[in-house]
Amino acid sequence: MSKPLTWNRKDLIAIEPLSRDEIETVFYAAQAFKNAMKADRSKQPYLDGRTVVNLFLEPSTRTRLAFEVAANKLCADTLTITAEASSLTKGETLRDTAQNMQALQADIIILRHAASGAAHYLSQVVDIPVINAGDGSHAHPTQALLDCFTLVEKWGTLEGKNVTILGDILFSRVARSNIYCLQKLGATVTIAGPSTLVPEGFVSMGVTVCNDLQTALEDADAVMLLRIQHERQSSSHFPSIGEYTSSFGLNNERANWLKPEAIIMHPGPINRGVEIDSKLADSKRSVILNQVTNGVFVRMAVLHLCHSYYQSKKINLPT
Amino acid sequence: MSNILWITGGRVIDPANKRDCIGEVYAIDGIIVKSLSQSQQKKANKIDATGLVVAPGLVDIHVHFRFPGQTHKEDIRSGSEAAAAGGFTSVVCMPNTSPVCDNAGTIQRIMDKVERDSVIHIYPTGCLTMGMNAEELAPTGQLKKAGIVAVTDDGKCVQSNEIMRRAVEYAHMFGLPIMDHCQDSSLTKGAVMNEGEWSLKLGLRGWPKAAEDIIVARNVILARLTGAHIHMQHVSSAASVDILRAAKKRGISVSAEASPHHIEFTDANLQGYDPMFKMNPPLGSAEDRAALIEGLCDGTLQCIATDHAPHSPNEKDCELDRAPFGIIGLENSLASTLGTLYHSGRLSLSEVIALMSHKGAEICNLDAGTLSIGKIADICLIDPDEEWTVQTDKFFSRSKNCPWQGRVLKGRVKATYVNGKQVFDGAVITG
Repeated sequence: MSKPLTWNRKDLIAIEPLSRDEIETVFYAAQAFKNAMKADRSKQPYLDGRTVVNLFLEPSTRTRLAFEVAANKLCADTLTITAEASSLTKGETLRDTAQNMQALQADIIILRHAASGAAHYLSQVVDIPVINAGDGSHAHPTQALLDCFTLVEKWGTLEGKNVTILGDILFSRVARSNIYCLQKLGATVTIAGPSTLVPEGFVSMGVTVCNDLQTALEDADAVMLLRIQHERQSSSHFPSIGEYTSSFGLNNERANWLKPEAIIMHPGPINRGVEIDSKLADSKRSVILNQVTNGVFVRMAVLHLCHSYYQSKKINLPT
Repeated sequence: MSNILWITGGRVIDPANKRDCIGEVYAIDGIIVKSLSQSQQKKANKIDATGLVVAPGLVDIHVHFRFPGQTHKEDIRSGSEAAAAGGFTSVVCMPNTSPVCDNAGTIQRIMDKVERDSVIHIYPTGCLTMGMNAEELAPTGQLKKAGIVAVTDDGKCVQSNEIMRRAVEYAHMFGLPIMDHCQDSSLTKGAVMNEGEWSLKLGLRGWPKAAEDIIVARNVILARLTGAHIHMQHVSSAASVDILRAAKKRGISVSAEASPHHIEFTDANLQGYDPMFKMNPPLGSAEDRAALIEGLCDGTLQCIATDHAPHSPNEKDCELDRAPFGIIGLENSLASTLGTLYHSGRLSLSEVIALMSHKGAEICNLDAGTLSIGKIADICLIDPDEEWTVQTDKFFSRSKNCPWQGRVLKGRVKATYVNGKQVFDGAVITG
C-alpha cells in the first residue's frame, strides 16, 4: 500500500463517519491477514491475552461465528453472550450488562442489537472499543466492508462501477452501510424493490431509487440481494412472499438482464426460492461464500485496528 | 392584618387588557386592586421591578404531574415547584395517572394533595373513556363536580370515530372542552421518530405526520357535526396547521396548542440517538417547525403548552427504541419560547406572554392569565434578556429529561407570585 495506514477510532459504529483512507486501511489489513493465513494457517497473535466479548442480543449465525473465528485467529479469548442467556432477561439494562463486561476485564465488545443506535449508545457507556455487528435497521459496518472488499478483490477498484441493491431496503442495515461504503469508494448505487420497502426518500442518501427490476439490473456490475426481513415488517409492506418472488425474485430469466460478467452477492441468510433462485445462489456468478470467508479477514482487521488505536499502538501487520 | 403587595416600576405587560407600559401593580389579600390608599401603601410589601417585565402568572394547559401512581417521576410538590420556577401559576394536569382519572375519587385525591402540597394552582382533567380504553364513556358529570376543567384521553387517542363523536357530544353538555392527542395509531406502530430523511438515514421506525393530520381532520369534522369545542394538543405538523386554519376560517369551534420543543427542534436533532429528543408526537421537519411558528403568529394555534412529561433518569438512559416518549419543559418553557418567537423577531413580548397566559386559560375556562382588577394576583417577574445555562441538576422537577440541558437560553423568571404571595424568588421556592 502506497498510502500510510489510517485509522482514527476505537469504535466501529457505522460506515458514514469513515474516511476513504480508513476503509482502504481495513482492506489492506484484511488482505495482509488473508495472505498470511493462506501461506500458513497458524494464528496471528495480535490480540493474545485479550478478551473479546460477543454480545449478541439478536439472532445471528454468520456474523457471530465470523467474529468468533476472527478473534480466535488473533489469539483472543472469546466469550459469547446471547439475549436468552444474559441477565437482560432478568431486567438488567444494556448499560449495566456492558459495564459488567468491562469490569470483568473485557477488552473489546462486539454488539448485535435489535435497536438502531444501540452500538452508538454503548460506545458512550464503556471506554473499551465497541464494534457494531448490526444495530436494528441502522448499520452493519463490517458486512459492508467485507462486501466491498470482495468487490475490490474482483475488480481492483469500485471507481465507475454500478451496484444495485435489491430487496428490503427500508429495514436493512446492510443496505444502509453498503450505500455509504460503495459511494465512498466511487461506485454508483441503485436501490430496487417494492415501493413500500424502497421509499423515494432514499435519494437523500445519493442513490437512484428504481422500482423497475429490468432497469435496475441492466447496468449493474454487481447486484446485492437482501433477505425479506419478516421479523421487522408489519404485514402491510407487500402482499405475500409469492408476490414478492414473482415481481422481484432473481431467477434465471431475470439474471439474463444482467451483464454476463455481473456478480451476484448476498449477505445471508438466504431464503432460497424467495429473493434468489436456488441454482443462481450456487452458480459461478455468485460470490456468496467468498463473502463469508472474507468476513473473517475483514473482522480480524477491524478488531486489530480498533484495539491498536485504543492502546495507542502503531498498526503492525503480518508481512 | 391584610396582605398587601405593591410591585413598582416594572414594565407591566397584561395582554388580555392590552396593557404594556411602565406602571404599578397592586394586590390586597391575593386580589388585584386598582390602587392603594396612603395607609395601605405604608403597610405594603413593596417590590422594586425596575428593569423587569411584570406579567400575569403563566398558564400551561398540558402537564403531567404523575400523581397518583408514578411519583418516582414527579409529584404534586415537585411539579408545582418546577412550574413556579418557570413563572407558571396555573397548570392543567393530564389524567393518565395510575389509576387513571376516570372516577371522582381519584380527582378528589388529587385535589386533596394539591391543597396540601402545591405552591401554584393545579387543575385536573378527566378521562374521556373508562380506563382510557376507548370503549365506554367516563362519568363526565361526576368528574366535573369533582373539579375537572377538561376531558381528554391524552396519550391514547380515541381511534373509534363513533366513541369520539359520543364523548365529544356528551362532554359538550357540561361545557367542558375536549382535548385530543391526535394520533392514528394504525400508522405509528413501533415508530419512534418523524418519518423522513432522518428516519431513513438513522434506520429508525418512521412516524408519518399523516397520523396526526388524519385525526386533526377527523376532529374538525366532529366539531362541526356536534358543535362541541375540540382542542388539539401539541400540534406538530404543517398539514395540521393548514387544516386548522381552514377550519377556523369556516368558524368551526376548534383550538390548538404548540409545544416549545416542536417550534425549536426538528427531527435532525435525533442524529445522536439521544432519547431526550424522543417525544410524542415526534419532532417534525424544518417545514413543520416553520409552519407551527407561522400558525402561532397568525392565530391558527392559540397557545403554548409544554406537555411537561417527566421520566426518571434511568428510564430515559437506554436504547432509543426502548426509551419512553416525553420530555420536561416547565422550567425553560418561557426562555425557549422567547428565543424562538420573541428574540427571533417574530412576535412582540406581549404576544408571547399572551400565548403563555390568558390564551391557554380561555381554552380551559380558567380564571387566570390576566392582571385584571378583581382577579387573583398571580404574577411573574421576568428579565427577558438575561442569559442562563440550562442545568437540569438545578431543576425543581424530580426528573431531568430535558433536551435543553446545557444550552444557553435568553429570558429568565425572577419571581413568581401566587394569590399575591411570593412562591419563587428567582432562585429558591419560597411558597
